[in-house]
Amino acid sequence: MMEIINEYVFSVFFVETLLNGLLYGGVLALLSLGLNLIFGVIDVVWICYAELVMLGMYTIYFMHVRYGIPLIPSSVICVLMVALLGYVLHRIIIAHVLGKAPINQLLATGGVLFFLQSIATLMFGVEFLSLGVSLGSFQLTEDIYLSKSQFVAFIVAAAAVAGMYFFLSRSYMGAAIRAISQDREIMILMGVDANRLYGITSAIGGGLAGLAACLLALQFDVHPFVGISFGPIVFMVCVMGGLGNLVGGFIAAFVFAELIAIGGYFADLEWGTVLAFCVFVITMFIRPEGLFARKS
Amino acid sequence: MLVIDDVTAGYGDFTALRNASIEVKAGEAVAVIGPNGAGKSTLMRAISGMIPLKGGTITMEGQSISSIPAHKIVETGIAHVPENRRLFARMSVEENLRVGCYAKPFRAAFDKRLEFVYELFPRMKERRNQLAGTMSGGEQQMCAIGRALMSDPKILLMDEPSAGLAPVIVQQVFELIRRIRAEGLTVLIVEQNVQQVLKVVDRAYLLEAGTIRHSGSSAELLGSEDIRKAYIGV
Amino acid sequence: MSRLPLMLIGLAGLIAVPFIGVPPYWLHIMIIILIWSFAYTGWSVMGRFGLVSLGHGAFMGIGAYGTALLWNHAGLTPWVGIPVSMLLAGAFALLIGYPCFKYKIVGHYFALVTLALSVIVGQVIIATRKHTGGSLGYTPEPHGGDGFSIYALQFPEKAHFYLIALAAWVVGLVIWRMVDKSMSRYALEAISEDEDASAAVGVQVTREKLKITMLSAVMTAFAGAMYCQYQLFVSPDTVAGVGISLQIVFAVVAGGIYTQFGPTVGAIITIILAEVLRINIGELEGLLGFRPFGLDNTIYGIMLVLFIIFLPRGVLGSIQARMKGGAKA
Repeated sequence: MMEIINEYVFSVFFVETLLNGLLYGGVLALLSLGLNLIFGVIDVVWICYAELVMLGMYTIYFMHVRYGIPLIPSSVICVLMVALLGYVLHRIIIAHVLGKAPINQLLATGGVLFFLQSIATLMFGVEFLSLGVSLGSFQLTEDIYLSKSQFVAFIVAAAAVAGMYFFLSRSYMGAAIRAISQDREIMILMGVDANRLYGITSAIGGGLAGLAACLLALQFDVHPFVGISFGPIVFMVCVMGGLGNLVGGFIAAFVFAELIAIGGYFADLEWGTVLAFCVFVITMFIRPEGLFARKS
Repeated sequence: MLVIDDVTAGYGDFTALRNASIEVKAGEAVAVIGPNGAGKSTLMRAISGMIPLKGGTITMEGQSISSIPAHKIVETGIAHVPENRRLFARMSVEENLRVGCYAKPFRAAFDKRLEFVYELFPRMKERRNQLAGTMSGGEQQMCAIGRALMSDPKILLMDEPSAGLAPVIVQQVFELIRRIRAEGLTVLIVEQNVQQVLKVVDRAYLLEAGTIRHSGSSAELLGSEDIRKAYIGV
Repeated sequence: MSRLPLMLIGLAGLIAVPFIGVPPYWLHIMIIILIWSFAYTGWSVMGRFGLVSLGHGAFMGIGAYGTALLWNHAGLTPWVGIPVSMLLAGAFALLIGYPCFKYKIVGHYFALVTLALSVIVGQVIIATRKHTGGSLGYTPEPHGGDGFSIYALQFPEKAHFYLIALAAWVVGLVIWRMVDKSMSRYALEAISEDEDASAAVGVQVTREKLKITMLSAVMTAFAGAMYCQYQLFVSPDTVAGVGISLQIVFAVVAGGIYTQFGPTVGAIITIILAEVLRINIGELEGLLGFRPFGLDNTIYGIMLVLFIIFLPRGVLGSIQARMKGGAKA
């Protein structure tokens, strides 16, 4: 028994696995942040959230690879593009199903999911497109190498999460966004135009998805169905953290990422996902409102 | 200052307030009293744009407020302390006050207004970082009033400020109202606690089943035998 | 009850279909529609009570893969394999449903927990690729010389399978009707209105929800098994996982959640639409200048959003509501 533990757990590969999980957790945290913000404030789940990210990945691909725009400006365009998409999504669809049964909201954004997936298939085809940017890797210790693009993604994600935190806690707009999530009706007494604030929140959520898209494009190829590969994970992260609870979602992102990494280390990557989702289901039974839910 | 002329309002098909006319002059404190369901809250909600008017006009210092977007009403100098306080429970006292200062014209004066509110309610300064939902009812009422005062209003609307509070706290709340009046603010207050409220206001209107039945000075209403019997219960 | 003779005539017409020389292609389309209609009806028996499961892709997958795996690996005839797979799906429904209902996981949360089940089953199929063929798909081994085998439930002749699928579809509708007429329906409707109030007046909330969920899961697993036996090929994309879960929900919504034939109409609309676009893809290519892969789902997605916003009762539901309204006026 000890031998097995020694061989598997105290190996450099295991440490590397944990570090990779940590890095992946950063991107996952960023992904869940946007979705969580939307849910917490507007009380709607964007089932098509991962598909917005997918369109963002195409945006950066086309900007950078086809039009030769340098990576940083391409990323900015990508963020703005997805922010606009988020805003438009709210205006033309969400605004019409606010206050309807949750199932209708779920299905309306589910319809958008189908639409975005297939419009991407129509426009871009089904082949896997790669940004073709390799940042290489660096050597942490003698035996541990980490991918630079993953590391950059982690740093940017952490910075974005911190930025979001300061925005929400320090600015008028941030305070109003948190306030409207608690009591929509009286916001009018504070001089807040709720529809406008919802639109802005949607744009911010979209912008976060766009930023996540830039970081994911550094590591993964883009194709119309790429959303399915991380979309459900993002939902589970948000639910596990307590839908709308930004801090809970942040912690849950790392828990999830590590579970996937550890499961993948001992077996296949799919088993990692299975493990993470099983833990999720069990968590839901222990704490139905999420691990880090507020006590109401 | 605030003129409510022949206003009808309600929810959907239901009309809760019918042809009501009320006027509040600058520096006055006016109460609207009446039983549950008389349409008092509807009146307040109609003034601050939470529900649309079905008829009539409301003007604030000569400007019609039904013609401007509802969220701009607060910028005309009307602040509303809603029924049941409605604080943002998961935000700190100071954050609640910040949201009260959200509209762009108010932001520049945030520090000054914060100081004013903290001077008026030193308790709020002590509790500035406490989550609003964890405070006592009286403290929450202070915070709700403070939030409304952040916009430096000309008139303060208060919807049932004493509702749901313990008797001792109710005394404190009416004390608060006296202090706000002492600051020279115009106040329109809706209350069921008739005896108490008549002690702090100049005039009052009696609202019953959506229409105004009586109006007069506090002394007159306190002296009226009918009203004493029906509402004060002495 | 004047509808009964009409229905019997309709049924007789449907039974006659394979004997009047309908081309095999159309027979194939009808079989596919019948199988999916049955699956959609299975979903709707619980979906109509606000129990929005995104986990039915898992049940369908369990039915399909369970049957095929038992046949290939254990030599168990589908006559036994299908009931075993259905029981397995029921057990999974119990496993996930019981805690969900006991701890009052409802609305968004219920949808997302069941979505997790879809992911788990889909990933397990891919992860166990040594036995299941992974994402490449899986084929039940043929039995008998000419492919016809009652023992293996394999019928190369489309007419045979058409009748089986038709029978299943009718049984599905009968089950729907039985649920509709049962006391459970009132209990479940009350629960979907207000769970606590229903519990207070003596409705056994957890028990009622579990019963309907297990019924629904078992029906869906049977649909999966039928699909497997008909196509003799299954893959995660066609019978299991998240994509299928969403497809099931959306087709039902398009047709109408709250009416008996709504799921069938949903299946007809979506399958015909996909076929029409698939066949005309060449012409469309000439017209548009590129090959419009995914056009069916594009239209489908737009339709779905429009339905939810403008026709939340679905196509059939809206037509019926309009007819009733018209009759009254």
